[in-house]
Amino acid sequence: MDLLNAIVALTNFVIVPAVSYGSQLALGALGVTLIYGILRFSNFAHGDTMAFGAMVTILFTWWFQGMGLTLGPLPTALLALPFGIAVTALLLIGTDRVVYRFYREQKAKPVILVIVSLGVMFIMNGIVRFIIGPDDQQFADGARFIVSARDFKEWSGLDEGLAIKTSQGLTVITTIIAVALLFWFLNRTRTGKSMRAYSDNEDLALLSGINPERVVMYTWLIVAALTTVAGVLYGLDKSFKPFTYFQLLLPIFASAIVGGLGSPLGAIAGGFVIAFSEVTITYAWKKVLGYLLPDALEPSGLVQLLSTDYKFAVSFVILLIVLLFRPTGLFRGKSV
Amino acid sequence: MTDTLKNILLFGIVAVLICIAGVTQSWNTALLILNMGLISAIMSIGVNMQWGYAGLFNVGIMGFVALGGLASVLVSMPPVPDAWAAGGLGIIAALVLGAATIAGAAFAMKRLPKGRVRALGILAILIVGFFVYRAVLDPSVDAVEAVNPALYGYLGGLNLPVLVAWPVGGLLAAGAAWLIGKTALGLRSDYLAIATLGIAEIIIAVLKNEDWLSRGVKNVVGIPRPTAYEIDLQNDPAFVERAASWGLSPVDASTLYVKVAYALLFTIVLVIILWGAQMALNSPWGRMMRAIRDNETAAEAMGKDVTRRHLQIFVIGSAICGLAGAMLTTLDGQLTPGTYQPLRFTFLIWVMVIVGGSGNNFGAVLGGFLVWFLWVEVEPVGRWLMDVVTAGMADGSWLKDHLLGSAAHMRLFTMGLVLLLVLRFSPRGLIPEK
Repeated sequence: MDLLNAIVALTNFVIVPAVSYGSQLALGALGVTLIYGILRFSNFAHGDTMAFGAMVTILFTWWFQGMGLTLGPLPTALLALPFGIAVTALLLIGTDRVVYRFYREQKAKPVILVIVSLGVMFIMNGIVRFIIGPDDQQFADGARFIVSARDFKEWSGLDEGLAIKTSQGLTVITTIIAVALLFWFLNRTRTGKSMRAYSDNEDLALLSGINPERVVMYTWLIVAALTTVAGVLYGLDKSFKPFTYFQLLLPIFASAIVGGLGSPLGAIAGGFVIAFSEVTITYAWKKVLGYLLPDALEPSGLVQLLSTDYKFAVSFVILLIVLLFRPTGLFRGKSV
Repeated sequence: MTDTLKNILLFGIVAVLICIAGVTQSWNTALLILNMGLISAIMSIGVNMQWGYAGLFNVGIMGFVALGGLASVLVSMPPVPDAWAAGGLGIIAALVLGAATIAGAAFAMKRLPKGRVRALGILAILIVGFFVYRAVLDPSVDAVEAVNPALYGYLGGLNLPVLVAWPVGGLLAAGAAWLIGKTALGLRSDYLAIATLGIAEIIIAVLKNEDWLSRGVKNVVGIPRPTAYEIDLQNDPAFVERAASWGLSPVDASTLYVKVAYALLFTIVLVIILWGAQMALNSPWGRMMRAIRDNETAAEAMGKDVTRRHLQIFVIGSAICGLAGAMLTTLDGQLTPGTYQPLRFTFLIWVMVIVGGSGNNFGAVLGGFLVWFLWVEVEPVGRWLMDVVTAGMADGSWLKDHLLGSAAHMRLFTMGLVLLLVLRFSPRGLIPEK
């Protein structure tokens, strides 16, 4: 019985949150990795793009909610998601036309593009704060839990409850669908193949008649979808606050680099590696150990390795370890 | 028009801008802009050395600035004897143990033959060391933080003059930069950027959470000043008399006096650093740095140790940022770890360097003043603009309130716009590298 309780507690406090957080990171890291593979720079505006996509979706959600349009147990935000993606795609393609294309034609060094993306980051951050303000925003509705702790306790008769939030279930399902679509697109369609060819070897791709501007446009479209979905899921799961999206930049980059920049599979693996390490290291293990160990050995403290405020440190340390021992990441990304 | 004339003109424009702020707003505001501009100029010289001389992309400036701020607390605040008695030795012992663990792991890494034994050995050292460290640290920290938490709850500092803290801030930042540089400088530029971004967040997290060190989000207030206090001046009959002869009220005169004193101190530091940076830039060492920046492979083929030189300039540039951070905290008179934000302390400095002209120290100084001026003045200008835009709207309408309330967020947008415009139309900045 104690063992079962321990497993349930572990699932409730570690596995479920880590899986949903990992999915959000994976979606973010996929966007970073795609931009790196095709456009060949690290996009510092990524976190703020997520914030922008989430913001547009929130505005549409509020509008729909105002009209009384809901999806029943599912959050209305799902209905607003396509609109959010569309607006974000317009913004990203517009940004590319106005800002990035100039440097691409100049064949500017990657680091110049990184600095340019800093400027874009400032502007997007300004736009988001200007429109929706810097504060927390609530937009989740529908059923709160798929499985609530009390129902689970009654059903199983265990002391420990297991709660799965709708947003967590939704995150995992949406991520699976998005990743499946992305891989189908990259591996099966003509455009996807040309994108991979362009990422592997630019000159060769150009020689075989691939239009780089088309590839770049599709990249931004996909990135718009990925960032908006990631931003909305994160906002549903936690809450929407522009500054936290900026702070997501570090774990997202860590995921992309740990997996290997430019490798989509690596980005997903990296997202889960970072999420699981963050959650396990900042979780207070007292409860789980209390069930597993005999009474005499029961820990007196919280058995929390690091306080949750140091979760950045976790992603950072993993990043450093991977970079020192396997500089191209777990999945052999590219290096410029 | 010669370059010198153009440069003098540019600096003149910034001076006139600050004077306009003095006339239209108040001279206190203008002097505050000047003081912060001086500090910003020092920070941008530091970043310019890393980016402009050597092409290193450091986005962890905030961390070094915060370490400088920590230095001014550790040096100038009076120690808290009760806290030291409660757990000071325990904390020091724990820190020594922690350092010994890392040193032990590094030693094992170097000495043991490669293989599974080494990996397991290092892991064992780290895990055992971590638990011993926490076992020693936690009770001492609890004891220290329990000492009158409303006022102290931390170990305090050394009670030395605050001016000592400025070079110490530089040293602290240099030490951190050396550690980071040792691990991250061999990596590609993107990776260095992410690594520095991460380390800055970690430094801020430490300052926010290690209450025994910096009181965390409870803030350390009342850091001693290198200049006189307004209240003392106002109580000094001689000063009040002199102020009256200038036609100023004692309150105005004392605040202006203090700000001018700070401005003089900061100017001295800026001049020394600018002189040093110029000497370095024009020395053989500076030429070598630029050669490495322009073509690493060629420089390496000529026998230059690129990684070592990168480490060197990374440490120097970060030290200058740390020095500026200590000055900033001294000017504020308080350490507030919660206010360190990357947009303000890292990316804004980058805007200064790029706008001013990377590779040119005078450009960095100009950028520091100009961008800081914009950063401060965009808000009132934005509000005025919004007033004009919303003048025709009905009072109390939703849109009008929203626009007026959001004027404050124009800052970030403007900074981004300035950065993009400069990068596009004048990529070498206002005062380009020679």
